[in-house]
Amino acid sequence: MLSSILASGLAIGAIYALIGITYNTMFATSRVMSFTAGQLGMLGGVLGSMFILRLGFPLVAGLAATLLCCAAVGVATEFIAVRPVLKSLEQHLYVLSTLAFALLIQQVTAIEWSTEPQPFPRLFGIGSGIWDEKYWLPVVTCAATIGALEYLYRRTLIGRAFRAVAEDNFAARALGLPERNLRVASYALAAVVGGLAGFSGGELMLAFFANGSQLNFYGFIPVALGGLGNNRGALIGGLALGLFQQAANFMVGGIFASVAVFVLFIIVLLAAPQGLFGSTVARRV
Amino acid sequence: MASDRTLPASRIRAAQPSHRLASLAPFLAILVFLALLPLWGNDYRALIGTRAAIYWILVAGLNLIVGFAGQLAIGYVALFAIGAYTASILAAGNLMTEISPALALLAAAAVGAGFGLVVGLPALRLRTFYFAMTTLGFATIVTQIALGWQSVTGGGIGLSGPSLPAPFDSAWGLYGLCVGLAVVATIMSANIAHSRFGRALIATRDAEVAAEANGISKPAVLVCVFLFAGAAAGLAGGLFATLQTYITPDAFTFDLSLLFFISVLIGGRGSILGPLLGTILLTLLPEIAAPLAAWSTFVYAGLLLVIVLAMPGGIAALLDRSNRQPLAANRAIVPNIASLGRLLGTARSAQNLTLSDVVLSFGGLRAIDGLTLSVRPGEVHGLIGPNGSGKTTTLNVISGYYRPQQGRIVLGDTDLPPGQPVGRAALGICRTFQTPRIIGAASVLENVMVGGTLSGRASFVEALLSLPRSHRDEAAIRQTARLALEVVGLGALEDVRADHLQHSELRFLEIARGLMLCPRLLLLDEPAAGLSATEILRLGTLIRAISRAGVAVLLVEHHADLIFEICDQITVLNLGRVLAHGTPAEIRVHKEVVSAYLGG
Repeated sequence: MLSSILASGLAIGAIYALIGITYNTMFATSRVMSFTAGQLGMLGGVLGSMFILRLGFPLVAGLAATLLCCAAVGVATEFIAVRPVLKSLEQHLYVLSTLAFALLIQQVTAIEWSTEPQPFPRLFGIGSGIWDEKYWLPVVTCAATIGALEYLYRRTLIGRAFRAVAEDNFAARALGLPERNLRVASYALAAVVGGLAGFSGGELMLAFFANGSQLNFYGFIPVALGGLGNNRGALIGGLALGLFQQAANFMVGGIFASVAVFVLFIIVLLAAPQGLFGSTVARRV
Repeated sequence: MASDRTLPASRIRAAQPSHRLASLAPFLAILVFLALLPLWGNDYRALIGTRAAIYWILVAGLNLIVGFAGQLAIGYVALFAIGAYTASILAAGNLMTEISPALALLAAAAVGAGFGLVVGLPALRLRTFYFAMTTLGFATIVTQIALGWQSVTGGGIGLSGPSLPAPFDSAWGLYGLCVGLAVVATIMSANIAHSRFGRALIATRDAEVAAEANGISKPAVLVCVFLFAGAAAGLAGGLFATLQTYITPDAFTFDLSLLFFISVLIGGRGSILGPLLGTILLTLLPEIAAPLAAWSTFVYAGLLLVIVLAMPGGIAALLDRSNRQPLAANRAIVPNIASLGRLLGTARSAQNLTLSDVVLSFGGLRAIDGLTLSVRPGEVHGLIGPNGSGKTTTLNVISGYYRPQQGRIVLGDTDLPPGQPVGRAALGICRTFQTPRIIGAASVLENVMVGGTLSGRASFVEALLSLPRSHRDEAAIRQTARLALEVVGLGALEDVRADHLQHSELRFLEIARGLMLCPRLLLLDEPAAGLSATEILRLGTLIRAISRAGVAVLLVEHHADLIFEICDQITVLNLGRVLAHGTPAEIRVHKEVVSAYLGG
């Protein structure tokens, strides 16, 4: 039992961590927490299943098409739900606009795809039992994504530009960085990460429209616990959440497991509103 | 101001009968329509009408949270479900011996209030998105519990709702009951909106820092409102179970939550009529556009996006015409100092403010480095110094926003507790801000009335029921606020939305709000910034008059002329330390000050 808790906990935790990174990537350049993060994860699964199973794409082409579509949704989010409300950040209109956009995505998926969970293709057919690919695939994807992001942020010019905008928007603009284009790019990047989460976790979660709101909530928990914009915190928080949830699932059953997760989340959040690894106190006066 | 001008119901105001009538008219029209509906309606229309009334009972409470307090509580269907299940379970006797349906409905309201508090509490510590997420999470949990706790809730199969005795067992009987309760909910929420609690909610939404400085404790007002909204939601849920006669977890989807939430936003923030119209509109929408039923969430979400992007003011802003007229361009602020005596007549006992050895550092930077300072009643004490010398920081320490690492701050004999801004107003300390912190969407008068929040005596329940003490509070606060506006010279602008004022007028508005407290100590943070030369002269006269009425005034300012004109004592700061201290005449010839600061 312990091994299956570990396998499924780490797998689901890696997916949560990736969604957390999706939140963080969008937040970094725009200071916006977008409700679309979970929907991108859902789209990764649904589009993957659509391209590979329904339309018969080969694996690589299917993955590329899925990520391309996700990136397009990410860019659309920036144009439709984020850019128009950015100037009134004080009123927190972004919470509403991104919620509305997320619901539009979810509803179109429910009507045009299916309201029932649909199968996701077996990608490689490697492994069985707790070593089944559906368990290790999300973990490997998560590790690879974090490695790639670290490389991007630390070694490449565009990654440094991202960090500059995240650090100080005004100063970055004064330096002549194309802040607006970088923001659009970061939304596309975030969408790709979200899509990867859904695609790699497709065999575990299936292609189901309701995964969006689930991932929205469970992907937000690592962000809240790890601190806004802190990818390392999101990784640790995501894996911890996945393990805790699966352990509770095995021991007390699904419904009370989600109650336990929720209660724990509220308690930790009330005790440490900036998260366990975050430390920003905004100046008010 | 013309007193017979029609005023929008969307604004918090009362008092004059003509205003009252004009703002009541739309509500009465809706009520008359609802009363006449049975004459030409069939049972299906009764069902729709009842549903709208039930939804409104919930939205009336939610409106205070979303529209007035600005808290994004998007998961309110959870409380609706809790109310429905509580009433059904108690009436069916699944958990204990069955009780009468009427009692079950009351119990639903009580349980709703309890859970309303539980759902709301995170809002006291968490910011917008976090709070929205917790309410969303709560909504998911409630549905899952309803599914899982089969022995009590019937799981996915559900259970039957309470059936009320005659005359409420017919379609139109239940309709009458729900409409009646909806009227009560409307009146109660309007009572709160028009009381000091309603203004306090808006103040915490739009000017949280100023609300604290005026003694408004956000937790205290929010807790009251969460209880009320929870009770309304629980009752609405109980009635919904009665209407449906049978409930399953499927009845409480997120769509419903969205309907409640969007009703408030379509209606417009800080309005009662707007959300009422929004609720009616959204309840009717699926009936009018039946083919859209499958797409209802899509339509709601689309509506939400359109509102946020295109008309953030909602229906209320469309209805509000009075604030579109331009103000006279050549208006002047003429303070009426003669009335100051009446305003501060019952002034508090005068007390010294003393700071001793206060040290505050941000990381390695010592923003205040051993500051000792004394401000006497009846005196204007100037605090000057170059940028970054710690002037505003000193004000923030005194008013409790910053907690110094060392030193004492004493007013009279009482030590001011460090880092607690909310308690300052009760001690008679008020302040203005470098950038005026006002409620843009409220009128000038309402903004000033926020300063009188502490003088109210009526409790939340008294305000909810509009009992005599609440009326007396309101009348007294309004009268004092008018007087304060007259004193600072803004009397003619009391009905204008505050965000239509010029910058200089906002500075005087903040002083009027501060005077509502009958302060012992007035802290002014660069009140002359952005004022014309004439306005600065008038400001100087006003500040001096306030100090002569027995108030200790601490003035942070850059205008040297004003400082030397009106101050009795001046302290010069540099790098967080006192560079010099003395009368204006002494400071004028102080060598270091002249060379370092005045550039002579």
